[in-house]
Amino acid sequence: MAEPAKLPEQEWEEQQEETLSPWKEGWKKFKRNKIALAGLSIVSFFIILAITSPWIAPQGIDEQNLSIRLQPPSSEFWFGTDDFGRDVFSRVIHGARLSLTVGFLAVVGSAVVGSLLGILAGYYGKWVDAIISRLFDILLAFPSILLAIAVVAILGPSLQNALIAIAIINIPNFGRLIRSRVLSVKEEEYIMAARAVGMKDSRILFSHVLPNSMTPIIVQGSLAVATAILEAAALGFLSLGARAPQPEWGAMLSASRALLVQAPWTLVFPGLAIMLVVLGFNLLGDGLRDAFDPKMKT
Amino acid sequence: MTTREPLLQVENLKKHFPIRGGILGKTVGTVKAVEDVSFTVHKGETLGIVGESGCGKSTTGRMLLRLIEPTEGKVFFEGKEVTSLSNNELRKMRREMQMVFQDPFASLNPRHTVEKILEEPLKVHGIGTPAERKKRVRELLETVGLSSYHAKRYPHQFSGGQRQRIGIARALMTRPKLIIADEPVSALDVSIQSQVLNLMQDLQKDFGLTYIVIAHDLGVVRHISDRVGVMYLGKMAEITSSEKLYDNPLHPYTQALLSAVPIPDPLYEKKSVVLEGDIPSPSNPPSGCTFHTRCPFKMDVCEKLVPQLLEHEEGHYVACHLYSKEKQSTSQNKEMVGGVV
Repeated sequence: MAEPAKLPEQEWEEQQEETLSPWKEGWKKFKRNKIALAGLSIVSFFIILAITSPWIAPQGIDEQNLSIRLQPPSSEFWFGTDDFGRDVFSRVIHGARLSLTVGFLAVVGSAVVGSLLGILAGYYGKWVDAIISRLFDILLAFPSILLAIAVVAILGPSLQNALIAIAIINIPNFGRLIRSRVLSVKEEEYIMAARAVGMKDSRILFSHVLPNSMTPIIVQGSLAVATAILEAAALGFLSLGARAPQPEWGAMLSASRALLVQAPWTLVFPGLAIMLVVLGFNLLGDGLRDAFDPKMKT
Repeated sequence: MTTREPLLQVENLKKHFPIRGGILGKTVGTVKAVEDVSFTVHKGETLGIVGESGCGKSTTGRMLLRLIEPTEGKVFFEGKEVTSLSNNELRKMRREMQMVFQDPFASLNPRHTVEKILEEPLKVHGIGTPAERKKRVRELLETVGLSSYHAKRYPHQFSGGQRQRIGIARALMTRPKLIIADEPVSALDVSIQSQVLNLMQDLQKDFGLTYIVIAHDLGVVRHISDRVGVMYLGKMAEITSSEKLYDNPLHPYTQALLSAVPIPDPLYEKKSVVLEGDIPSPSNPPSGCTFHTRCPFKMDVCEKLVPQLLEHEEGHYVACHLYSKEKQSTSQNKEMVGGVV
């Protein structure tokens, strides 16, 4: 047989070339984006805060001391104290754990369920698609917060049920996103090639279609954490989420709303925390979208 | 050549795509992409299929593997009917018949390394241990003219020609008997085209492969094929050995196609047959011979009767009334044997 045609002069150089997976390449692009890095640092800061909160918070969740109620911020109580004399700084730190957990779990839940439904709808089409897509349309027809309130009303108000409600209302966002992506990916020639090789549908779906449809999910996921935290805060504010001494940020806002004039620090700091976390996730999500844009490269 | 045993037999293959319209998605028409195509491929030969874009040649190729389900017709592979296999049997059968795709940029999963891409066919069919599979990946990379260290790379790190070699290596992984190459070189530079075609020919010798090469480039097909089939509007117009087709094309369409091939000789004066008009819509094909709207030798019968693919001389089949009439007048009442080639 003929000697394989190689270009010898290039060989040495080629061997030195770094092997870049599409993920690594995206990360390289991401690193060059200053704003995205800022978002990542804000998010990491809150994650570390959430993990270490039991050790770094000066006080516990519910250490009441009525003799020092409504103290303004001072060197002892950085964010002041609330109407039960609890340290607002400590409660904001503990709240990070609650808010992030709700945000992450709700998003993971809706992303997993939404992706599964979306991938089935996109890949199999026809009546599978019709049923699943109509289901999404029904969920989307309601204003999301109303739907969340309805779900919590059925399940009963608690942080856990708020989480479930938020997960449910976000399912169609993920589902529709991945469905549209699968619709284009499944027409790619490498999917045809996979079928020609003799692969089963399940293998094609999880080994070829899903990985190539993942990027928008990751981007949407990071943005959705921000919305989920806001929704959890909104439910908390309406007393439909976290219950009383739980230091969930939205619930803290709600509990202190009567003190807006008298002790603004009881509202300002939880509010700032919400704003910062949401900002962080939004910046991160935008950065991820720029780096892993679906149209990146073939 | 024709005495050799057949590997693949295609009988009256048809594919009609429905056109849906209206609010309720009713079928308002059909695109007759492939209309009654029959041919046979013998072991060890290369059959080229040529035609303009939209003539149904790719659809035919995909139907052979049932990547597109045929509307009608039968495909036999080594005597077994492919078209009646269950999904599971079909997947096993695909080990024997592989495909090389047109676009080397689209046919490799961008998120998998070359090793993963090449190993996958073996995994799917449960061939070998992981170590054996890795070894075979490296061997085949060398076979197709790449290096074993390329296994760790991603598709986007290769040039078009290199990627097509990977595509060929993937098709070879399961040691298939038949490879269907759908425009294997049309996405490549001319200089790379010949490299890849030569590689395919070398592999054919080494592994005893049978090829069906689908192309629109007559030069490519001539280079690689033993026999060539010409398709027009979903039908086989002419099928014969490569030499006969290029030296003595019978069908007016084949003559026009061949005269359109540029010849790299400025002193050569060719008689060119230039076709008038456009290729008719396959959703509303002309009556009788579908080529009659553009044929320079059109007769009355062409509008009425569909010409059958008949053997004009040994091993030379053509679907044209010019020849069937001639044959009819010479061998008057004799029953003519048409059908499977």
